Amino acid sequence: MPQPKEPILTVKELAIGYRSKVVSKNISFSLEPGVLCGIVGINGIGKSTLLRTLGGFQPKLGGTITLHQKRLESYSQPQLAKELSVVLTEQPASKNLTVQELIALGRQPYTNWLGNLSQRDKDYIQQSLDAFLLNDLRHNKCHELSDGQLQRVLIARAMAQDTPLILLDEPTTHLDLYHKAQILKMLQQLAHQNQKTIVFTSHEIDLSIQLCDKMVILNGGDNPFGEPCELIEQKHFERLFPTEMVQFDAKTGAFKVNK
Amino acid sequence: MLSSKSYRVSFVLIFMAVVLAWLLNVSSGSVSIPFADTIAVLFGGQANVESWQYIIWNYRIPKAFTSVLVGGGLALSGLLMQTLFRNPLAGPFVLGISSGASLGAALLLLGASLFSGLASFSLLGDFSLAIAASIGSFLVLLVVMVVAQRIKDTMALLIIGLMFGSITSALVSVLAYFSSAENLQRFIFWSFGSVGNLSGQQVLLLMGIVLLGFLLSVLSIKSLNAYLLGEHYAQSLGVSLQKSRLMIIVATGLLAGGVTAFAGPIAFVGLAVPHLTRQIFDTMEHRILIPAVFLYGAILMLLCDTLAQLPNSANVLPINAITSIVGAPVVIWLLVQKRKMIF
Repeated sequence: MPQPKEPILTVKELAIGYRSKVVSKNISFSLEPGVLCGIVGINGIGKSTLLRTLGGFQPKLGGTITLHQKRLESYSQPQLAKELSVVLTEQPASKNLTVQELIALGRQPYTNWLGNLSQRDKDYIQQSLDAFLLNDLRHNKCHELSDGQLQRVLIARAMAQDTPLILLDEPTTHLDLYHKAQILKMLQQLAHQNQKTIVFTSHEIDLSIQLCDKMVILNGGDNPFGEPCELIEQKHFERLFPTEMVQFDAKTGAFKVNK
Repeated sequence: MLSSKSYRVSFVLIFMAVVLAWLLNVSSGSVSIPFADTIAVLFGGQANVESWQYIIWNYRIPKAFTSVLVGGGLALSGLLMQTLFRNPLAGPFVLGISSGASLGAALLLLGASLFSGLASFSLLGDFSLAIAASIGSFLVLLVVMVVAQRIKDTMALLIIGLMFGSITSALVSVLAYFSSAENLQRFIFWSFGSVGNLSGQQVLLLMGIVLLGFLLSVLSIKSLNAYLLGEHYAQSLGVSLQKSRLMIIVATGLLAGGVTAFAGPIAFVGLAVPHLTRQIFDTMEHRILIPAVFLYGAILMLLCDTLAQLPNSANVLPINAITSIVGAPVVIWLLVQKRKMIF
């Protein structure tokens, strides 16, 4: 067993939502470097709200979020840009950017007031292009890309931002099975090889069980957290959906529709 | 941002085009002056007719410089608006800046008769109209900025700007209804727009305002580039949304407000030029676009003004009409050609 590492992100008794309306509460988990963590749960349970709260886009309602032993809210915006990067469900506003230009924007927290790129910045951009197999597409405009390619570009941009923590909101929606698996596999590689902590929300419970190191199940109650096999053993997936429609098969780690 | 190409050649060409358009503008006008004489006068020589020298130095050169400032300033403000609102149809008019200026001008020109005895504006001199229009545009801008602080959504801000435009134009209509024919005519002439008739002092003041707006735009380059990804992404890249948005709006206010104050409302330059520029400078990088759009706007305005002067005739067409006649088909052409107007 390797030495236990310092956690990067620690969440305790977190309550999330909007103003007076609590969407979800009682969320606690802790993630070390090199961990790929999936957040799953039924629609409307607060997966995206949790991710937006972790990313500092909306205030939490209670509990604590600790990033590198410092409270999340004590970071300034430029400091936070070097700690966490995001991939959101919203499309980039301008699709007239080339792949390379879009990825290069990830280096903004490190460039001067004009945004001049140093050799080091260019190296990071090249690494991201390589890691997500985008070298042939580098001069293509974003509106020329398929959904799967665009998602790879957005993740490559987050990688170029070179932050210890990467948050992704539903990175696999609108993709076919092959590309869902490809994206998640690439995220797993990025987490393991570059020692990044990667948190993503997903509806792909089967794929997440296979690829994630840790998972958070938002169920509106105790929100269990742990390794996928532990969660299977504790029968948490069985209770995720109403059982009259779908049932979880613990042997295969997949859901089946009742016939 | 890492651009794929270098645009040095394009910049040299576009700069030469500005110089050519400027020379064309200076050498044409209601009085026919041969091109050779114009060049001679420009280089300090003598023209065949003495009055030509006077016309060129005191009338045409200030007008040509005004055209450069007006076209460049409006085009740049259009680029800023399009990026800030991430909307290819945004322009300086959408924030209600020009309608604010119209309201200011209308209050001065039309309201004077309404509130008779308040002030006789003719006493205030040349600057009165510019000051009234500036106050009008900045008041509207101030209200929009206050709203912008409270509202996070830029699309809502865009609509609020349009609503302010409607309110101000309605107020102008009310003023117009009650005013005398003579005052109405003065206001209509202002609303035609004109780059001529500015004194040397006024041109210098306009230059100062446009320069300040340009400087603020250059300082905003990094956040403008980040805005291309959307507000949330920009925030995650460390951009302070409120601060950068304020800076961009002030820059737009200076550019569009200042220009409208001195030259009247001039349509379509702000909307069309950024798109035309991207036909040559195929990039979204603002380090390239800001100077390119400024130069392109200057060319368009110089050419439109040359057209408006109707060479060798004493008539001068309203510049606002010319820019619309040139600009509207360009926008339609861009829309018909698929993807040309993609933002």
